[in-house]
Amino acid sequence: MNDPLPYILTIAQAALLLLLAPFMVGWVRLVKARLQNRRGAGPLQPYRDIRKLFAKEAVVAENASWIFRFTPYLVFGVTVLAGAIVPILAVDLPLAPVADVIALVAIFALARFFVALAGLDIGTAFGGMGSSREMTIASLAEPAMLMAIFAASLITQSTSLSTMVAEIHKGVLLKPSFAFALLAFVLIALAENGRIPVDNPATHLELTMIHEAMILEYSGRHLAMIEWAGMMKLMLFSLLGIALFAPWGIAGTPGAGSVALAFGVMAAKLLLVATGLPVLEMGLAKLRLFRVSEFLGVAFLLATLAILSHFILER
Amino acid sequence: MIFAPELLASPTPIFLATLAVSLWLAGTLLVPVLARRPVWLIRSAFSLATLGSALAAVGGAWAVAAAGNEAIVLPIGIPELPFHLRLDPLAGFFLVVIGAMGFFTSIYSLGYVRGIAERRPVGGLVLFFLLFLAGMGLVVLADDAFLFLVAWEGMTVSSYFLVVFEHEQTANQKAGFLYLLMAHVGAITILLAFGVMAAFATGLTSFEGYAFDAMRRADIAPGWATAAFLLALFGFGLKAGIVPLHVWLPEAHPVAPSNVSALMSGVMIKMAIYGIIRVTFDLLAAIPWWWGALVLALGLVSALMGVLYALMQHDLKRLLAYHSVENIGIILIGIGLGMTFHAFDLPELAALGLIAGLYHTLNHALFKGLLFLGAGAVQHATHTREMEALGGLIHRMPWTAALFLVGCISISALPPFNGFVSEWLTYQAFLLSPSLPSTLLNILVPIGAAGLALTSALAAACFVKAFGITFLGQPRSRHAQNVSEVGITMRIGMAGLALACLLLGILPATLIDWLDVIPRQFVGAGIAESASSHGWLWLTPIAPERASYSGTIVFLGIGAIIGLTWFALHGRRHRAPRRGPAWDCGFEKMTPRMQYTATSFSMPIRVFFGALFKIRERSSPMHVHRHAAFPERVSYSLHVDDRFWGWIYKPVSDAAFWIARLTTRIQGGRIQVYLIYSFLTILVLLIFGR
Repeated sequence: MNDPLPYILTIAQAALLLLLAPFMVGWVRLVKARLQNRRGAGPLQPYRDIRKLFAKEAVVAENASWIFRFTPYLVFGVTVLAGAIVPILAVDLPLAPVADVIALVAIFALARFFVALAGLDIGTAFGGMGSSREMTIASLAEPAMLMAIFAASLITQSTSLSTMVAEIHKGVLLKPSFAFALLAFVLIALAENGRIPVDNPATHLELTMIHEAMILEYSGRHLAMIEWAGMMKLMLFSLLGIALFAPWGIAGTPGAGSVALAFGVMAAKLLLVATGLPVLEMGLAKLRLFRVSEFLGVAFLLATLAILSHFILER
Repeated sequence: MIFAPELLASPTPIFLATLAVSLWLAGTLLVPVLARRPVWLIRSAFSLATLGSALAAVGGAWAVAAAGNEAIVLPIGIPELPFHLRLDPLAGFFLVVIGAMGFFTSIYSLGYVRGIAERRPVGGLVLFFLLFLAGMGLVVLADDAFLFLVAWEGMTVSSYFLVVFEHEQTANQKAGFLYLLMAHVGAITILLAFGVMAAFATGLTSFEGYAFDAMRRADIAPGWATAAFLLALFGFGLKAGIVPLHVWLPEAHPVAPSNVSALMSGVMIKMAIYGIIRVTFDLLAAIPWWWGALVLALGLVSALMGVLYALMQHDLKRLLAYHSVENIGIILIGIGLGMTFHAFDLPELAALGLIAGLYHTLNHALFKGLLFLGAGAVQHATHTREMEALGGLIHRMPWTAALFLVGCISISALPPFNGFVSEWLTYQAFLLSPSLPSTLLNILVPIGAAGLALTSALAAACFVKAFGITFLGQPRSRHAQNVSEVGITMRIGMAGLALACLLLGILPATLIDWLDVIPRQFVGAGIAESASSHGWLWLTPIAPERASYSGTIVFLGIGAIIGLTWFALHGRRHRAPRRGPAWDCGFEKMTPRMQYTATSFSMPIRVFFGALFKIRERSSPMHVHRHAAFPERVSYSLHVDDRFWGWIYKPVSDAAFWIARLTTRIQGGRIQVYLIYSFLTILVLLIFGR
């Protein structure tokens, strides 16, 4: 407790996540709009959306139970907590040992579990459809996700994010297993965040929705929290990928200078991700639901290859 | 002897344990006495069962905490073959599982069985419930093969009578018969396994080898040890319901009364886990690595097939029964990893695998017990187990819904509840597989971890379905309308289990400290020193740099952020949300029939994994009046069956019938022919038996 800096940094990480996530999503949308020859709304539009939603009245369907009203708070809480755990600015922060990377995946699964329940709560066809599809995709994505993580953790001999970041710093880079695991991680991150080609975040057609179908009934502050948490999740997955596969710049020992550097490097890397994502999405078409298994199967195969190549080539 | 007065003043763990079994057995005497007063019978018998269970749990917990190893010999049974009893930490742990589940289930039964008593006499239910508890208690206390098998059979037979409690239904009779048949095939192979070990203990000339102590000392030839292991694995595997020996389980567990289902799924199948650990780690002791790999592989197959079949179910209790197959698989994964590490002489890692398996054993008992009790409450209130007829129960049964939800989160391995901790420990054990000195295992074992990940993700999908279809949405039939919350004792029983699920989720380091004596006994090392090296708050198996988890902080952290957000939003100018109709896409004629059903929810998974099921799907248009494209009704039927029936059981039963038909040829029904058979038999015996 004698040194307050790590505690301040923990809160700063969560605050950064809260403040920057809408900008990142706004940037993704802007780049996408430009690529589609539209002007786009500017990177600040998500902030305006969130402010508007918080000011609006919340309307809840007649049949909704407490699950429906509790879910937005839970999703929001889970996401903010995850922001305090993932090493964004520095490693070995006080909350870093709370959850290793497996537990982190499980905490996100908790949020998804409740969103899927909320989708079933009202008792409409759309909500059930969204829940069913989301849980199906999640159950195919999760093994691939853990395999990619296992590949990284077999190399670093740890599942603790702080240790993994430190180990990769020491120079275990550019191994074939890492390349395969990174590719797998990118595919899974697309699926987990409901991006093209698995889901389309901009869709207006209920029948093709997955994530949007589950939260169709939300409005006002409830919707604001879910949307905001979704933005933070996208940023967190980018940060998780950065921490696992390109952690250079994250401060090893907390100090004012190293943290400032870490912030600058992180911002640059996030901007790169936020520019690369729409470019990638532009080149893809949304998959039919029953082809998603092939997409995730490829991710699983790549992650398996990562583990095989680790044992065969690198030992 | 054991009821000596000085023991009452200073009891020992085994005294408490035997007292518990005696109380359960004594309770059966109440049944004939109070046969005409069912309300009194229920109150007194289940209070006694509660007390006995509490004693068993305390005795077991004490034996583990004190690392006790007491043995007593009871001069009852057949002359010259006294009963040996022993309470070592492993037995103590399983006694805690029995006691804890018996405790909460008995409280629940106070209300639940009264509901049954309104419809039919319950004397048999009370009698066999108590015998069932006593049988399970004696299984873990037994220290010789004779008492073990007597107790094992007592447990099987009493649970058979509980399965066929509502015997007038043909389905129950068939399920009970299948259960009894398979249980006895299993009992025979367990008997044979003990026979092999006893033969090596003292040779075939003496009976002394039936005691477990003699078997421990025996020097068993490796080939025969393998035979004993495989026989025991088959017998115990049948009871545990590992794939492909599981087919009786989803038939028998759902049709029993729900308090019994909770005990069968939560505790009885764990007795098989106890048997596997006892025979491998304790009695045979020398474990080749491929035993562990076999157990691991069986565990993976059971886990994956169990959850996939569970997803296809729409009978709530059948769904839960298939999840027992899945969770037995997860337990066996942990134990199999422990055996493999033990074979390669890696004691700390073996301890981690074993603890992961044992932790999941306790967790599964608690959450599966909770879920079955919850399903019992639903059945009690709605008189149906069919999920397609339910919906919207959260509004009418808020307590049951909330407690059932805790069970769902726990079994889906989501933090901060208990199921996650044991699965997380299993993942950690998986990730230590690079220490194994075999490249083949190094490569294959992480792929097993992916199988576990797929299992737990599918389990989450399945419990979104189980909870969402049963408790959320709108009532799908009149069964789900006009229902009311269940009584206070039933709620207390469930609430206790839910609380235990939470506590085991947020205090894992404390539990592992307590459990650590069991791996110390069998593999010579523990993980408590490293696992709780940073205090009760942090779970750090092996080393904190390697992995750490704190369920408490996850729980409090999420809670704190939720609280802060709530206050921030509700502090000023708060407006209560307005209620409005749901979005109907402009259709305006929404009915509850348009909701997603259990079948439609799992449809994508049925498509993806279709090859693993036997699916018969038919839809045909009916009442076509105007045009073939516009039928007024569509008839649709879907049957998803267990493939293992066709693969294994159908051929076996066909063969049995074929042999039976062959034997009928010598049965002509004429007495003269039968006399000739007798004469020939005597002749043959005279020739060969001289």
